[in-house]
Amino acid sequence: MTVNGATPLGATTPEEVAFAQEVRRGEPILEVRDLRKHFPLTRGVLFKKQVGAVKAVDGVSFDLMQGETLGIVGESGCGKSTLAKVLMNLEPASAGSVKYKGEEISRLSGSALKAVRRNIQMVFQDPYTSLNPRMTVGDIIGEPFEIHPEVAPKGDRRKAVQDLLDVVGLNPEYINRYPHQFSGGQRQRIGIARGLALKPEIIICDEPVSALDVSVQAQVINLLEQLQAEFELSYMFIAHDLSIVRHISDRVGVMYLGRMVEIGSDLEIYDHATHPYTQALLSAVPVPDPTARESRDRIVLVGDVPSPAKPPSGCRFRTRCWKAQEKCEREDPALTAREWLEGRARHDSACHFAAERENI
Amino acid sequence: MPDRNESIPDDHDPLRNIAPTDSDHLDYVGQQGLAVEQETLIEPDPGKREQARSLWGDAWRDLRRRPIFIISAVLIVLLILIAIFPSLFTSTDPRASDLTNNYLRRPDWSDFFGAGWFGYDGQGRSIYARVIYGARASITVGICVTLAVTLLGGLAGMSAGYFGGWMDAVISRITDIFFGIPLLLGALVLLNAFATRNVWSVVIALAFLGWTQLARVMRGSVITVKQSDYVVAGRALGAGTGRLMFRHILPNAIAPVIVVATIALGGYITAEATLSFLGIGLQDPTISWGVDISSAQKVIRQAPFVLFFPAAALSITVLAFIMMGDAVRDALDPKLR
Repeated sequence: MTVNGATPLGATTPEEVAFAQEVRRGEPILEVRDLRKHFPLTRGVLFKKQVGAVKAVDGVSFDLMQGETLGIVGESGCGKSTLAKVLMNLEPASAGSVKYKGEEISRLSGSALKAVRRNIQMVFQDPYTSLNPRMTVGDIIGEPFEIHPEVAPKGDRRKAVQDLLDVVGLNPEYINRYPHQFSGGQRQRIGIARGLALKPEIIICDEPVSALDVSVQAQVINLLEQLQAEFELSYMFIAHDLSIVRHISDRVGVMYLGRMVEIGSDLEIYDHATHPYTQALLSAVPVPDPTARESRDRIVLVGDVPSPAKPPSGCRFRTRCWKAQEKCEREDPALTAREWLEGRARHDSACHFAAERENI
Repeated sequence: MPDRNESIPDDHDPLRNIAPTDSDHLDYVGQQGLAVEQETLIEPDPGKREQARSLWGDAWRDLRRRPIFIISAVLIVLLILIAIFPSLFTSTDPRASDLTNNYLRRPDWSDFFGAGWFGYDGQGRSIYARVIYGARASITVGICVTLAVTLLGGLAGMSAGYFGGWMDAVISRITDIFFGIPLLLGALVLLNAFATRNVWSVVIALAFLGWTQLARVMRGSVITVKQSDYVVAGRALGAGTGRLMFRHILPNAIAPVIVVATIALGGYITAEATLSFLGIGLQDPTISWGVDISSAQKVIRQAPFVLFFPAAALSITVLAFIMMGDAVRDALDPKLR
């Protein structure tokens, strides 16, 4: 599935070539441009006056390709979940555009929005709260068919629900059970089955495994991968666990304070990170080997994440960055590939002084 | 938590027809890891497999097996029967009075087998007959006010909680205004405005002043439920307002409303009694437990049984409805079945 069978850029070892060939490169199915979501901060009880805005998502652009998995990582509060909600049209975007197959979807409403919802679905973080405790599994998975009756004729719905249960590895006879009768992993499978019911092309997974224990995480991740192969799904996979994102993603985007700071293929990000924030994140990943751990150079960031209501001028990371200079304060770095970088290091990174770092 | 040790039959293996394509991905957990994932439940009852279940169907199935529900249902049916056909239960006229035969007379054995087995009140009327005939007014007031208040308050609270914003502001302020009106004073003013005062004017007055409590409970409950992920998931699927409200939010928000409403039912019957005592509720030819309770208060030291029987009837009614409310609430929660 490579582009014209050519060797991908920067692949040096045979393993890297083989791996890069796995990366599917289809057409962009979702184009996000300069997307913003600002939550107004108001003062006053009766006459509300806007005194500022929390810039939860502040100018994010990326493409999601057909059939690929785009991982989004970042620490808590960086805007990952808000991004997912805006893409799902659960929160209206403040500015920017989201195009699904070339069609603008961020300002749709009514039946046009309902039609788009068929193609973009979501898997939620917490399987304990994302299933209605008073609905049977059959009702939960069958609800998409009731909302979109054109997907499955009435008589076939029960069968369709049982097929979905089978697909996600649950016994189809559990159709009359209630969510509390299942374990966390099984509940997440029910959530995935609900997301799959409308046969969407894009599934946005908002930390789908972070509420599960580690052995169950692996099963759910594997299930997601099998489903991707079977139904040709595109995933946007939001997580804060870097190892899981590396495992499942074709490309990875790193977010900081409402911005995308670096985006590239998983090898580019994990082995050739050029943005200081990505490097700091990666240096915090636990290493199981004690000798490797000793030789590793951990980057410990000082200070806290600045308030998204009052982000720093210029580069948003400059307040915690060891490379920060006067230029960073003045100029907002663009998310582009810097010309002085070579090989895999040459990917989109929003840093004036983007450079690889050894030993992270 | 379901039993994790039990294994699932092989034909439910999700890997059965999906061949793993990427070896790199597989070594993350490997095939062994997938064997662990077959966490299973007890096998479902094969006889019931074919029919689809719903929350209300399951709740009804469960209710029929609950002794509390059966006892309260029998009591309520009996009370409603008494209210509709009081003449089935006594042939004595509750208004027939014989002043020589009042509560001060020493009872003899024959009283316990006749119309006077509950005794006689101050005007020599059979207390038993009055309890039977009083059921109609009291139960009508109790049930109708509770229904009206639940509907009105539930609707107001639901709209305020679900839509929020200015809708919430307006409804909440109206609720606050009504909350500020003392029930008895408000009812006094209201009932004075009615040309004729009967059971229905009392129902209207109490419902008009009483819906705020339910509205507040409902609003709080809806706001809590509205924020849960399954409501967001419903929206993400494209569910409309009606579906979100009545399939997702209402069943999960109704429990505290049922509890408050059934407890309040007794309160409305006593409020009717208080109003009657003050002379602005039901008037004397009308028979109600409330009227009898208030008139019996004056003779409680000489003849406590005059107060006891209508009060006991009121307590049993309230208890029956509270038990019913509890059973319904439990049946609507799949976790408590």
